[in-house]
Amino acid sequence: MAQAGRPNPLFRNLTAKIATLPMIVTALVVFVGCSVWTVVYSFTASRALPVSKFVGLDQYERLFSNARWEQSVTNLLFYGVFALVFSFVIGFVLAALMDQKIRFEDTFRTIYLYPFALSFIVTGVVWQWILDPGLGLQATLRGLGWETFSLNLIGSKDTVIYALLIAGLWQGTGFVMVLMLAGLRGIDEDIWKAARVDGIPKWKTYVFIVIPMMRGVMITSLVIVASGIVRLYDLVVALTDGGPGFASEVPAKYVFDHMFARANIGQGLAASTMMLLSVLIIVIPWAYLEFGRKKGR
Amino acid sequence: MMPTSVPIDAYSPHGRKPKRIMEPRRIMLYAVLLVAVLYYILPLWVMVMTSLKGMPEIRLGNIFAPPVEITFEPWVKAWSEACTGLKCEGLRAGFWNSVQITVPSVIVSMAVASVSGYALSFWKFRGSEVFFTILIFGSFIPYQVMLYPLVVICRELGIYGTLPAVILIHTIFGMPILTLLFRNYFASLPEELFKAARVDGAGFWGIFLKVLVPMSVPIFVVATILQITGIWNDFLFGVVFAGTQNWPMTVQLNNIVNSTQGVKEYNLNMAATMLTGLVPLTVYFLSGKLFVRGIAAGAVKG
Repeated sequence: MAQAGRPNPLFRNLTAKIATLPMIVTALVVFVGCSVWTVVYSFTASRALPVSKFVGLDQYERLFSNARWEQSVTNLLFYGVFALVFSFVIGFVLAALMDQKIRFEDTFRTIYLYPFALSFIVTGVVWQWILDPGLGLQATLRGLGWETFSLNLIGSKDTVIYALLIAGLWQGTGFVMVLMLAGLRGIDEDIWKAARVDGIPKWKTYVFIVIPMMRGVMITSLVIVASGIVRLYDLVVALTDGGPGFASEVPAKYVFDHMFARANIGQGLAASTMMLLSVLIIVIPWAYLEFGRKKGR
Repeated sequence: MMPTSVPIDAYSPHGRKPKRIMEPRRIMLYAVLLVAVLYYILPLWVMVMTSLKGMPEIRLGNIFAPPVEITFEPWVKAWSEACTGLKCEGLRAGFWNSVQITVPSVIVSMAVASVSGYALSFWKFRGSEVFFTILIFGSFIPYQVMLYPLVVICRELGIYGTLPAVILIHTIFGMPILTLLFRNYFASLPEELFKAARVDGAGFWGIFLKVLVPMSVPIFVVATILQITGIWNDFLFGVVFAGTQNWPMTVQLNNIVNSTQGVKEYNLNMAATMLTGLVPLTVYFLSGKLFVRGIAAGAVKG
C-alpha cells in the first residue's frame, strides 16, 4: 500500500496513527469502553454516585416491576410502530407524487423539509401550543362554528401519545421523503418504459417493481428512523414532559431522570443497558445483511 | 466502495416537460401535495402570527387569524426579559451560549474528523478500518448508554459543567458521521494527486493542508451545515455537560415555556420559539440543496 518501500515507514505510519488518535480513542474509550462501563455498573447499587457494590440483577428486577418503565416501553413500542409505518407511507407517497414531473418541486420540497432543520424542543413547544385545548386548534375550530369539535390529545392519558406522533412525524417525514425521492430518481427510466409497454398499471409498477428495487434506500431509512425512535427524548420533554401522570414517558427519559434528577444511577444504567440491548437487536441483523454479503464493503 | 454522496442531479427532475393541460389526475395530485403543505406549514404560520399578537387577542381563541394589531413586544420580551429559571434576562444569554458552544464545536469536530478521514483514505495502517467500523456502529448506540460514563470522564478531567466539556462531547458524537463524510470524499479524489505530492516531498500534514483542504471546500461546507444545525438544536448534551451558566438556547426555551409559573404568555413563548429556530432555519433556507445533500450524504451510506 501507500507505505511500501518508503525509507522511513515506521515514522510515517506514526504520524498517521497520532492523527487518528482522537478517532481511535472515541471508538475504543467512548463507544466500546463507556458502553461496557454502563453494562457493568448496571449490576451495582449506585445511587447518587457510581459505586462498585455489586448486587446482581437487583436493578433489573426493580426495573421490570416498575410501572413507569413498563409504560415507557409500551409507549415507545406504540410510538415506534406508528412512527415507522407513517413516516414510510407518508414519505414514500409524497416522494412518488413529487416524482411526477410536477411544477414548483423545489418549493414543495423546501416546505416539507424545513421542520427537519428545527430542534425537537422547538417542535414540541409549537405543537404544545397548537394542541392546547383552551386556546389552540380545538378552540379555534369551535369558535369558527364547529361546536362539537374535540381535540384534547395532550390532556388525556389515552391520547397523549398521538400528540407525540403528530409532532414527531411533522418534524421527520420530510427527511424520509427526501431519501425516498433520491431512491426513486436512482431508478432507471427504462424500467418505467418497459412497465408501460407491458401495460402494467402505475401503482403495480411501484409496489412490485420499484419498491423492491429501492432496497438500499429503504434499509437506510429504516435504520435512521428506528434509531431516531429509540432516542426519542427532547420531543417528550418539550411537548408533554412525560405527562399527564407518566402517560407519555419514554425509556430515554426514564434513564435521564434516574441519573440526573432522582440520584438513582444504578437504576438509570440498568434501563440504558436495556436500550443498548434493543438497539443491538435492530443493528446486528442489519449489519449482517448489509456487510455480511459484500466483504470489506 | 461506497458512493460519496447522492449527486445533486438526483434531486432534479428529468424526462419530459410537464403537460400543459390539467387533467383530473394532475389536479388530484396537486391537491394531495397542497394538503400536505398545510400540515407542514401551518405550525410556522401559527408560530409567527401568535408571536405578533397581544395576549387579549390570543384569548379570542383563533390561532390562525393574523394579528389585528401587530406588536413586537413579545419578541423584545422573549429576547431580553423572559424568565429562564431563576434569572429573567431573556433568551439573549442562551443565544450567546449557543454561539459559544456551536462555533468551537463545529470547528473542532470538523478539524478532527477531516484529519481522521484523510488518514483513513490515504494513510491506511493495520487496524485503521477496524476502528472506523467500530466508530460507525457506535453511532447507533443511544446517547443515554454512554451519558453517565462520559460525565465521569469529564469530572475526572475537571471540565464537567463547562464549555470545553460540551465541545468535547459534540466532537465525539459528530465524529462518526463527519469522518464517514470526509473519508468518502477524499477516497473519491484521484490517488495520483497524492502520489505527485509525495514525490514533491510533501508529508502527512503538507499534503493535507496544501493539496487536499483547498480542493475540499464543498465537503467542508456540507459538513458545516450539518454540524451547525445539529449542534444548535441539541438539548441533551447542553443540559448535561454545559453547566447552568452555559445552557444553550434550546434548554432556556424549554425553561421559558415549561417551567414558568402563573399565566402562560403564549405570544412570548412563540417569539422565543421563533428566535431559537431562526439560526437553523436561516442556514436551511440559505443553503437549500446543499442542506439536502448534507443530510442525504450522511444518510445514504452503504
